[in-house]
Amino acid sequence: MEKKITLPITDEDIKNLKAGDSVLLSGSIITGRDAAHKRLYELIRKGEKLPVDIKGELIYYVGPAPAKPGYAVGPAGPTSSYRMDKYAPSLLDLGLKGMIGKGARNKEVVDAIVRNKGVYLVAIGGAAALIAKSIKSEEILCYEDLGTEAVRRYEVEDFPCIVAIDSNGNNVYETEPPKYRKS
Amino acid sequence: MEIRKIKAQTVCDTVKKLFTDCNYFIGKDIMCALETARDNESSPVGKSVLSQIIENDKIAAREEVPLCQDTGMAVLFVEYGDRVVIEDGSFDEAVNEGVRRAYIDGYLRKSVVNDPVFDRINTKDNTPAIIHTKIVSGNHIKITAGGKGFGSENMSQIKMLTPSKGIEGVKQFILDTVFQAGPNPCPPMVVGVGIGGTFERAAQLAKKATFRPIDSKNEDERYAQLEDELLTEINKMGFGPAGLGGNTTAIGVNIETSPTHIAGMPVAVNICCHAARHASATI
Repeated sequence: MEKKITLPITDEDIKNLKAGDSVLLSGSIITGRDAAHKRLYELIRKGEKLPVDIKGELIYYVGPAPAKPGYAVGPAGPTSSYRMDKYAPSLLDLGLKGMIGKGARNKEVVDAIVRNKGVYLVAIGGAAALIAKSIKSEEILCYEDLGTEAVRRYEVEDFPCIVAIDSNGNNVYETEPPKYRKS
Repeated sequence: MEIRKIKAQTVCDTVKKLFTDCNYFIGKDIMCALETARDNESSPVGKSVLSQIIENDKIAAREEVPLCQDTGMAVLFVEYGDRVVIEDGSFDEAVNEGVRRAYIDGYLRKSVVNDPVFDRINTKDNTPAIIHTKIVSGNHIKITAGGKGFGSENMSQIKMLTPSKGIEGVKQFILDTVFQAGPNPCPPMVVGVGIGGTFERAAQLAKKATFRPIDSKNEDERYAQLEDELLTEINKMGFGPAGLGGNTTAIGVNIETSPTHIAGMPVAVNICCHAARHASATI
């Protein structure tokens, strides 16, 4: 059974999400990946204001392909999250509610998720053309010079993802593979 | 054999089509393996993930859009006939122009930066391509091209094993590499293995192995058996589709080998995601 969530996500929503749940998100999310995270992180370290307000947001780790004429967005599947592990705890401590990506996170990120009562969602890696169907519009918020890595705002409708790490630190990447492991 | 002239524009057009085709249309070998895996997957989540990947690949083909947003770095294996002369330009420029046209006109993502450490500025046309050229006798050019995504590329490893490690050492290194990759490279993966040669030859063979259809086998029966055995072992790891648990962690293991030095046994493992994209053409 899929849980439908209307964004912005609330603390109550997050509390009710359990690792392994399937979720459909509707509303607005922001995007960012390697180069944008590096810039945001450097500003945080210097104590400077960020060019985008991350408070209460979910950030989607994505670098989309260009949109063909007639399309709202190009294919836009998740990129590997672990590359953002260095930056994610700082963003969560500043009020980011969660991340959408793919793959495992390190202990520092899991701790920051629990500490801030956040959530880590995953979308299916390599299902970019399918996922793009649930993204209705895009707007560049900052770092346009980074091309595909610019920070965007997406309006999404029934964007499909799975709760990988919930606010209690339960982690599907730790619990699920062992169930199917054969020695 | 007579010298044959091939126009640079023909090379450019061929390369352009190979890159748009491989990014829009998943290979029959991969689609067939995904469908079989979906039917056999014991995890309900894994089954659902595989169904969505299959649906995604069908949408991409139908609408002629990239099946993954990471349309990769352009890699080409070229067999260049020594009787061929390029007219009106150079081969290298023609290949890069083909890549440029594919990535710009075909709405593929531009993922290449000009310098690896300091500048990291996007070249905005996905060039330069990585071109592996082998001169062969003849008057044709055969090109096998693929877009290599880096979610999986980053999970690849190489090791200079010594001969005493034997077949067990080879197996262990390959399995360790896949286990460490775990959920990150968009499983179910295709595992390309290069054994032998020198440091760089092993890596090149591993990449070449990922470009070989997964319904083919190594011609040497011993390596063909090793491919099967490794695939079985990898699918016991439990990572499953998208790493969310299941018995489909890989859909193919391809091994390529080369003679090597008396002191060495290099092994390279090039991990590829389920979008194992490649296309070939002969001019």
